Amino acid sequence: MKKTLTTLALGAAMAAGPAMADLVFPDLSYRTGPYAAGGIPFSDGYNDYFTLLNERDGGIGGVPAKVIECETGYNTEKGVECYESTKGQGALIYQPLSTGITYQLIPKVTADNIPLHTMGYGRTSAANGEVFSHVFNYPANYWNGASGVVNYLLESNGGDISGKKIALVYHNSAYGKEPIRTLEELSKKHGFELIALPVDHPGQEQKSQWLQIRRERPDNVVMWGWGVMNQVAIQEAANIRFPMENFIGVWWSGAEHDVMPAGDKADGYKAVTFHNVGRDFPVFDDIQKYVVDAGKAAGAGDQVGNVLYNRGMYAAMLAAEAAKTAQEIHGTADITAAMMRDGMEALVIDEAKMEALGMPNFGPTFNVSCDNHGGPGLVGVTQWDAESKTWSLISDFKPSDTEVIGKLIEEDSGAYAAENNIEPRCN
Amino acid sequence: MFYREAGDFKVSYADDSQTFPIKFDRYRYYVVLAVAFGIIPFLINDYWANAILLPFLIYSIAAIGLNILVGYCGQVSLGTGGFMAVGAYACYKLMTAFPEVSMFIHVVLAGGITAGVCVLFGLPSLRIKGFYLAVATLAAQFFLVWLFNRVPWFYNYSASGQINAPERDTFGILITGPNAPAWATYLFCLIFLTVCALVARNLTRGTVGRSWMAIRDMDIAAEIIGVNPLKAKLTAFAVSGFFIGISGALFFAVYLGAVEVGEAFGISKSFLVLFMVIIGGLGSIFGSFAGAAFLVLLPVILKVVGVDLLNWPTDIVAHFQLVIVGALIIVFLIAEPHGMAQLWRVAKEKLRLWPFPH
Repeated sequence: MKKTLTTLALGAAMAAGPAMADLVFPDLSYRTGPYAAGGIPFSDGYNDYFTLLNERDGGIGGVPAKVIECETGYNTEKGVECYESTKGQGALIYQPLSTGITYQLIPKVTADNIPLHTMGYGRTSAANGEVFSHVFNYPANYWNGASGVVNYLLESNGGDISGKKIALVYHNSAYGKEPIRTLEELSKKHGFELIALPVDHPGQEQKSQWLQIRRERPDNVVMWGWGVMNQVAIQEAANIRFPMENFIGVWWSGAEHDVMPAGDKADGYKAVTFHNVGRDFPVFDDIQKYVVDAGKAAGAGDQVGNVLYNRGMYAAMLAAEAAKTAQEIHGTADITAAMMRDGMEALVIDEAKMEALGMPNFGPTFNVSCDNHGGPGLVGVTQWDAESKTWSLISDFKPSDTEVIGKLIEEDSGAYAAENNIEPRCN
Repeated sequence: MFYREAGDFKVSYADDSQTFPIKFDRYRYYVVLAVAFGIIPFLINDYWANAILLPFLIYSIAAIGLNILVGYCGQVSLGTGGFMAVGAYACYKLMTAFPEVSMFIHVVLAGGITAGVCVLFGLPSLRIKGFYLAVATLAAQFFLVWLFNRVPWFYNYSASGQINAPERDTFGILITGPNAPAWATYLFCLIFLTVCALVARNLTRGTVGRSWMAIRDMDIAAEIIGVNPLKAKLTAFAVSGFFIGISGALFFAVYLGAVEVGEAFGISKSFLVLFMVIIGGLGSIFGSFAGAAFLVLLPVILKVVGVDLLNWPTDIVAHFQLVIVGALIIVFLIAEPHGMAQLWRVAKEKLRLWPFPH
């Protein structure tokens, strides 16, 4: 009897104790719904990079990475369900690829002590690490994107865009509304006129917006779209013969599937970006060898090298590098979510590291710090060539207007801190 | 067997017309209440609360609200999503304007505001009915969502147009925000659901409910025997709006915590709640529960079976889910148009006669 009890107690202790076997990276993906066209390549890239690390390097610091995929359909309720069902399995970091789900998760991850990385989306003011302790949006955020667009227009117009008309076609949701404030500030600073044209979810219906553009004749059109909205907008722009060189999208409006449907007419369309495009990087040879040829690719395996595949892979790379940094800081390979957060806060991405990873000049170099979770916000510009069906980077990663953005971030995160009684940290 | 009425004598009218006249039913109801209030709060964790129980409780309240309008009063409504949005935004404005007031009061007030808005959009029901009324309420759905997207005052001029629930408490226990304990959010919603269901059940048994049903069954005849259609229809809209407003407030403040109006309260929400009512059973309080449970649990169960047990790709499971839910809706409408409540009723009838059917 005594022996049975001891065995039972021992068994219970073993079951209750941490059974850390893998480093868990949940993937709240969406391969269905109106935004699947963007969700599939991103998720494939995210999965494939971790598969590559497992196959080639035997994991991260010797511990295999495990990706748990959960389908959200870009729906916030399902996103919450996915978060709750995966957080107990040792989740290290969440990257939901949805501004709506990000807003749900910001307070939850802070309470649960799990980091959230919203790369180029989510809540922009989360760049202020003094207020948002567990949210990171390096290397660039929406406001960097908006400023990058304006900087590019300034550059191509000899530094003066006063009196110009710029139309913003945006997804009428939290995501699409984010840049408006920054663009308004910048329009005051540089003297251009801003016309904001909302497009409702999911974005197939944009006839009236483009009629208005035809009437107002803006010099440039800026787009903040996602999913089916992008294709329709580019097609509509082609229909009214709007010059494509003057049409520039944010990074979520600049992938292959956005421009392909318009065919040759989409030639010359531009989009800003925070990472490089194409597959001329050594890392893709490894992915081909260890993942695709081995039959271990995620999804259909046909997305390698696409813009959003690269972004998913880049997201996975940043997560893996943060995990390595965390392992170095805490001297253990079996890191927890709290350690992962420290790793993200101490993350350094320099050219030597990128080179070693087989991704030279793939993205900007940056350092994350306690008070700056947003990175330097370097933005490049890409352009679509319809003939060769390729995107190419046509400008370096250049700084955005930190003066304007910094003030707005201060203001917005300050309001959030006041609303939620958050004491600034990092002192 | 269990459902024996032998020896279960009623000696007063009150006994005879109680909600659960059969002893076994009554005891089962007490047991369910005892488990829900006395046992689940001690076992609950974040996953059970946020993924299953909270949506079930909140959608049940919405389904009861819609059932009063559609099932009891016969006024077809496709504006549920919009009315839930009214509840959510009313609650948000109240929470930010009066931070020290208890959440109970905010939620009830949000329900009251929604009731007013719902009556306003119910006015056309005095002249039109059926499909035409459905279209009028559909207009409410689109108008309200547009309004909350358009006017920055509703979302306190935040940059993104989202509303976020700040931390608020009731009797010193956190109810909203990420640090609210699972049991508190669960109990908070459960209390609202229990009260709503009791109120709805008793309203539908009394004069008001009878006048609703008279209007539903034949409005001209009802008018002739002295039912005031104006009063009956508008009370139905008011009561329904009150419940739907409460569910919207809870949906935003307690369950999600942050809401984007077009995404969370779009037309698909109206259809979802309508499907709950239709599958559960029109004109039945139990049906509202059954329908909500069915549509909340089924996707979760399919996901657990498909992804976790069978290891299928997530997109295939998500597509299967649509196919299965759609097929089940069709099957239900053909095989049992009165919904799961009717199935339950028939099962009870059979059990009472068992083992000696006629």
